[in-house]
Amino acid sequence: MAEVLVLVDHVDGEVKKVTGELLTAARALGEPSAVVVGAPGSAGKAKETLASYGAAKVYVAESDEATGYLVTPKVDALATVAGQASPAAVLVAATSEGKEVSGRLAARLGSGWLVDAVGVNSDGTVDQSIFGGAFSVKSKATRGVPVVSVRPGSVEAEQAEGAAAEETVALPAVDPAKSAKVTGVEPVVGGDRPELTEASIVVSGGRGVGSAEKFETVEKLADALGAAVGASRAAVDSGYYPAQFQVGQTGKTVSPQLYVALGISGAIQHRAGMQTSKTIVAVNKDPEAPIFEIADFGVVGDLFDVAPQLTDEVAKRKG
Amino acid sequence: MTNIVVLVKQVPDTYSERKLTENDHTLDRESADAVIDEINERAVEEALKIKEAGEGEVTVLCVGPDRATDAIRKALSMGADKAIHVSDESLHGSDLLSTAKVIAAGVGRAGEVDLVVAGNEASDGRGGAVPAVLAELLGMPQLTHARELTVDGGTVKADRETEDGITHLEANLPAVVSVTEKINEPRYPSFKGIMAAKKKPVETLTVADLGVDAGEVGLANAASGVVEAAPKPPRAAGERVTDEGDGGSKVAEYLVGQKLL
Ligand SMILES: Cc1cc2nc3c(=O)[nH]c(=O)nc-3n(C[C@H](O)[C@H](O)[C@H](O)COP(=O)(O)OP(=O)(O)OC[C@H]3O[C@@H](n4cnc5c(N)ncnc54)[C@H](O)[C@@H]3O)c2cc1C
Ligand SMILES: Nc1ncnc2c1ncn2[C@@H]1O[C@H](COP(=O)(O)O)[C@@H](O)[C@H]1O
Repeated sequence: MAEVLVLVDHVDGEVKKVTGELLTAARALGEPSAVVVGAPGSAGKAKETLASYGAAKVYVAESDEATGYLVTPKVDALATVAGQASPAAVLVAATSEGKEVSGRLAARLGSGWLVDAVGVNSDGTVDQSIFGGAFSVKSKATRGVPVVSVRPGSVEAEQAEGAAAEETVALPAVDPAKSAKVTGVEPVVGGDRPELTEASIVVSGGRGVGSAEKFETVEKLADALGAAVGASRAAVDSGYYPAQFQVGQTGKTVSPQLYVALGISGAIQHRAGMQTSKTIVAVNKDPEAPIFEIADFGVVGDLFDVAPQLTDEVAKRKG
Repeated sequence: MTNIVVLVKQVPDTYSERKLTENDHTLDRESADAVIDEINERAVEEALKIKEAGEGEVTVLCVGPDRATDAIRKALSMGADKAIHVSDESLHGSDLLSTAKVIAAGVGRAGEVDLVVAGNEASDGRGGAVPAVLAELLGMPQLTHARELTVDGGTVKADRETEDGITHLEANLPAVVSVTEKINEPRYPSFKGIMAAKKKPVETLTVADLGVDAGEVGLANAASGVVEAAPKPPRAAGERVTDEGDGGSKVAEYLVGQKLL
């Protein structure tokens, strides 16, 4: 069976949820092989998780330079392995970095590049959802090894047994004239909340929340539900909540089981980032707010009355 | 002197309905109003700031149909010095990789370039990788998704902000950078700027002028293609209640009914 390469998304060997999704998606096309690019020791830590999602092989591309430069070591590693293994496809998470890695790799391999897939099919086509979910599309690579970026959260991860046989990959030396040096990192301190794009429930606040302090109301409901917190651009621009939590066309695209919009009007650019959510609940004072057009359950009312009551109800039921 | 190229794309206005054309599944550019992509105004602003901090020249580069001249004029009226507009029928339906090739060739046209400034992600395609691919093709370092940028002599530093957090980056020029929404507030063109823009040079080129083989671009030569496309049925509004002191409880009941709680 043909190999399918999966770039492992990890921080120091701590494997991110999306990697399990990619290894699952890869099985539609062949036998998944995980490619770990990182500091020495990363693959050792990641191996068990990779095996539990069916990785037959683990390509180990480790060096100090691998984390010392942006993007290019990952492209180098994937290009090297692709050259040896002639895979059926290469899958990368459609994160900011994953999109860049996959684009550069496709350019280097002269291959077809499929962006932001929400499904990978056994006939080699991928499903995409474009214009904020207004259109469904199937595409296919017509040349070379298809390089696919897969949207986090769109494929359900399923465990499978894999041998996770290690193979060492020699990384070419980085040319500093062609790569940006990483001089420091400040990882997101997510706290106990799930990551926005990975969460099965998202509670978002908009301008209607009114201030940074009052975002606590949104956070309390999120914590009761075990949800991630999101924000509209107006809330971010007003300084109520940090930019990395913005949902929408120029923020994150989320597709959770449940999306709760508090004090958000539902502008088209906000909807672009959340309208593929399974269930949408909205609370807004204005009965004319466009968010109600797409909400499965809407409450016309003040979020400062409705949200705390809901928080209490959730807490009660969860005991 | 810093020779800066800023990449500007014209996109369908997100406030109007966006569609795919029926026959070949390409973006229906005629159906929506076209505007300069908002993020590119920030790219232009950043390029102008770098120029104004020292000495330099800012060239706008745009690959797109004839009517993209509006986006170019907007950038010139903000203060860019000149423009290169690559407009060619054969580009219709090009994939992202061939678009990046054409942009790379366009950058070459601007001479010895020190810095290429782009937006981090266009609002129409959500590719978010043209700047990275461009860096690959030009053999330059990429400092992308920058929320802060400093150019000092021959080096460029950036604070990259993504879902992973903040990454501090450094590289020597020449380099490719892309900016996020948080980098600056773009200036409004002044009346003087708008008048001056009308006289600024815009070089209009075809793909052949750039020495790119027509066999490398366009729908027929794309390395990937759409095989099927269908509009999704729009979401319908569900139940709606007015809060009478029990709104929160009603939501809880609904969630229980949906097995979400
Ligand atoms: C190119 C471009 C890209 C964009 N990208 C994004 C994006 O990624 N994400 C995004 O969100 N937006 C984006 N926008 C902005 C978008 O157009 C809207 O301006 C924005 O989504 C509005 O945010 P909002 O709903 O929080 O604010 P508003 O539209 O001001 O709505 C606030 C709502 O809160 C309600 N409200 C007020 N007080 C209360 C209360 N106490 N209880 C209940 N309800 C209350 C009001 O009735 C109102 O409906 C973009 C715009 C452009 C042009
Ligand atoms: N056709 C184009 N012409 C000029 N610049 C472009 C074009 N396509 C993309 N860009 C630049 O690349 C950035 C990111 O675009 P994308 O990778 O398509 O999301 C944009 O904000 C522009 O600065």
